Amino acid sequence: MATTTAPPTVINAKLNGQDIQTKPGTLLINLTKELGIEVPAFCYYEGFSLQAACRMCLVQVNSSPKLLPGCTTIVTEGMVIETESPLVVEARKSMLEFLLTNHPLDCPVCDKGGECELQDMVFKYGAGESRFVDIKHHEPERPFSPVVYYDPARCILCYRCVRVCDEGYGVNALGVVNRGVLSEIAPNRGDQLNCDECGACIDICPVGALTSNTYRYKTRPWEMKHVGTTCAHCSNGCKTTLGVRNDEIMRANNRDSSGLNEEFLCIKGRFGFDFNHHPDRLQSPMLRIDGDLQPVSWSKALAAVAAKFNEVKAAGGKFGIVASNRTSNEENYYLQKFARTGLGTNNIDHARTGDVVTLVDALSGKQGKLATMADLYQTKAALVIGSDLAQQHPLLAYELRRNWRHHQARIYAMTPGPVREDKYAAATARVAFGEEIAALEGWREQLAKEPELLILFGDSIKGASLRQLVDFGESLGIPVKYVALVDYANSRGAIDMGLVPELHPGFVPSGQPGLTLPEMLDDSQLDVLWVVGANPLANRSQANPKAFVVVQDLFLTATAARADVVFPAASAYEKKGTVTNVTGEVQRLTAAVKTMGTKTDLEIFGLLGKEMGLELGIWSPDAVFNEIRQNVRGYNVTMPILATGGAAPTTPVNGKVNVETRSDLVHSAGDTLFTSGSMTKYSQVLNTVAERPGQLYKPV
Amino acid sequence: MSIALSAATEARWQKILDAYPEGRKRSAVIPMLIFAQDETGIITRELMEEIARRAEVDYLQVEEVVGFYSMLRKQPLGKYHVQVCTNISCMLAGGMELWHHACESLHLKNKQTSADGLISIEEVECMGACSWAPAVEVNYDFHHHVTPERFDEIILELKGKG
Repeated sequence: MATTTAPPTVINAKLNGQDIQTKPGTLLINLTKELGIEVPAFCYYEGFSLQAACRMCLVQVNSSPKLLPGCTTIVTEGMVIETESPLVVEARKSMLEFLLTNHPLDCPVCDKGGECELQDMVFKYGAGESRFVDIKHHEPERPFSPVVYYDPARCILCYRCVRVCDEGYGVNALGVVNRGVLSEIAPNRGDQLNCDECGACIDICPVGALTSNTYRYKTRPWEMKHVGTTCAHCSNGCKTTLGVRNDEIMRANNRDSSGLNEEFLCIKGRFGFDFNHHPDRLQSPMLRIDGDLQPVSWSKALAAVAAKFNEVKAAGGKFGIVASNRTSNEENYYLQKFARTGLGTNNIDHARTGDVVTLVDALSGKQGKLATMADLYQTKAALVIGSDLAQQHPLLAYELRRNWRHHQARIYAMTPGPVREDKYAAATARVAFGEEIAALEGWREQLAKEPELLILFGDSIKGASLRQLVDFGESLGIPVKYVALVDYANSRGAIDMGLVPELHPGFVPSGQPGLTLPEMLDDSQLDVLWVVGANPLANRSQANPKAFVVVQDLFLTATAARADVVFPAASAYEKKGTVTNVTGEVQRLTAAVKTMGTKTDLEIFGLLGKEMGLELGIWSPDAVFNEIRQNVRGYNVTMPILATGGAAPTTPVNGKVNVETRSDLVHSAGDTLFTSGSMTKYSQVLNTVAERPGQLYKPV
Repeated sequence: MSIALSAATEARWQKILDAYPEGRKRSAVIPMLIFAQDETGIITRELMEEIARRAEVDYLQVEEVVGFYSMLRKQPLGKYHVQVCTNISCMLAGGMELWHHACESLHLKNKQTSADGLISIEEVECMGACSWAPAVEVNYDFHHHVTPERFDEIILELKGKG
């Protein structure tokens, strides 16, 4: 027999009488999961530290005289495992009886009833009767914050919430105080939470101990339709599942953790859907009659706009079109087509929040340089420049942190103030905006030693400094990928779909002159200002006060209040389509509800085009997306991924973008975790939590 | 700092803090709590905050520890805390009777303090003095083979010391 010191590559064991093979170091509970054998557990949660607190996953192993928890036992050579032996079955029953000794049997009123892990397990494995005759220890339900409620009696002390808050988010706002039957979860600020208010503790709770204040006692899970869609707020593109009952969104959560965000959601994704049913939602088109905006029918409003557009077009007048950071790719594509072929103008722009154009240009001729969300979790090293990631891009921050926890990724943070990454970063530096490139030289040696690097940069890196950053990255001699951070749900899609004068969709130079957003507003000769889902006149006025202003929006914004015609638009949660996130991945929007009187922006464009007698093509989301796939470079994405609710990576142009892009117009709005641009004031939740509105680069 | 501790306690704190490497100061939390409690007799919120700051942990992590360990006290006890063991060895040697005698003679219940704040009593689990059962511990001082009569003498001595 050959002697060798090499560790074994395969472990042979026996599970319920069957011979199995597995990788060394496999946890018993993961082995059974792979093989489709259920070993019930409460405290075990993949990706977080092991607790072995609940004792539900006890199994019989030949090497041990007593039952072992599957969640902390590693399968070893020759192990004989029984997961369904009479002893194990009896142990499960006893553990459930024990957990129920102080658990109220209030399932009929509990929010978790119907999707409760404890309820499911008692149903499947439990004993119907309890031998416990003493009085249960009861403490009343109490608020931890305006969004999180805690019911101590229901808590089974699995520590999942404590771990997700500490390990997952790095917030550490929950702990367990007292001992024995008196143990309970406690928040970090006296009896209140001081945290991200993300509600991850609610989702991860296997029972109904932590509940959502916006949802509690309102409905039951089985009464709702569960609609998976993409969050309407920031650019990270988390999948959120809306629970809808009677055309009303009751809650949003991470029901099946199937999105690119897995178990992650922030306050905006989980609670910030409430803007959708804000009483100020516009529900009827409005036309300015005798100086006042008055509700009119759709046909009247469309006719008025079509007549005006045709008149200005015939007279060779000047249009200015302000597009959105939040409308779908289909809407963006159709709008630029409307502008360029329908109205014959190239005056189309949006509030640019990241210099993607220069990045794509600077990387011309190189392959695989734009990072995807998966890269954030896999990269060996990452460099964050000029962004308070945990506040501005919470999913990206979560992924980097998860990468650090699981793979010891080395994180470098170069920011103007303290950020959450400081706590675990390999190196941090306080550098003012605009001075980053010079400061990077100090890290050159260290960065060049990394096997690979992923660079995320905010809006301070643009134009010339972005080219310098790419030069720096490419001179390190290691594989480097980049992420240009952008602000909102479809900021990336707005650029990709050519909502700028200098580019057609797919980064194709337009070759025509066109007005940028500030130029439109400064142009005293402008005849028509058409604003779609944006608020450019929030803090300024236009040079030509007589310009005919058409606005499509959810609310009567400052811009809409000055319009001649206002169309009530449907929100992202009310439409079908696709959006592209900060890492260039396309995901689907699924219509969950409908607000009476609104139409999607795409439908408004279609109807307006028809009214004007234009031939712009079918305006159904599917048809337009097909057109995008055929015409926009990089968007020929894999349909099955999209159709199954996944994130399909785009592959933008790999070549020079021969345009003078206006990098100077790139400016991030600097939203925090608790703000979402002009939508902030329409979300009650974002305005009631104690941490609002938050602050970037705040000392922790 | 908002709490004033004696130089001796400060020195004990510093010694234990220095014993752990950077990033591992959490290990000092329990000793720091005990040293401070020895001096002040009670663990206040301010004390926990101060320890959290020095041991580089969150306040809640200190709170968790204090809530878990029964020897760390958020309520004040008597100047002399009389602990009577009723665990197996002591119980077999008359510990339970001793405990009842303590309650009756002092007119106190478990974890209660006398009106003058001098004496408090507590029924405790094994303190490792089984060979000399039944045992009583007054603050950090052990008394062995304690009978009800001996118990009364101890109390008289404590009252005499004031």
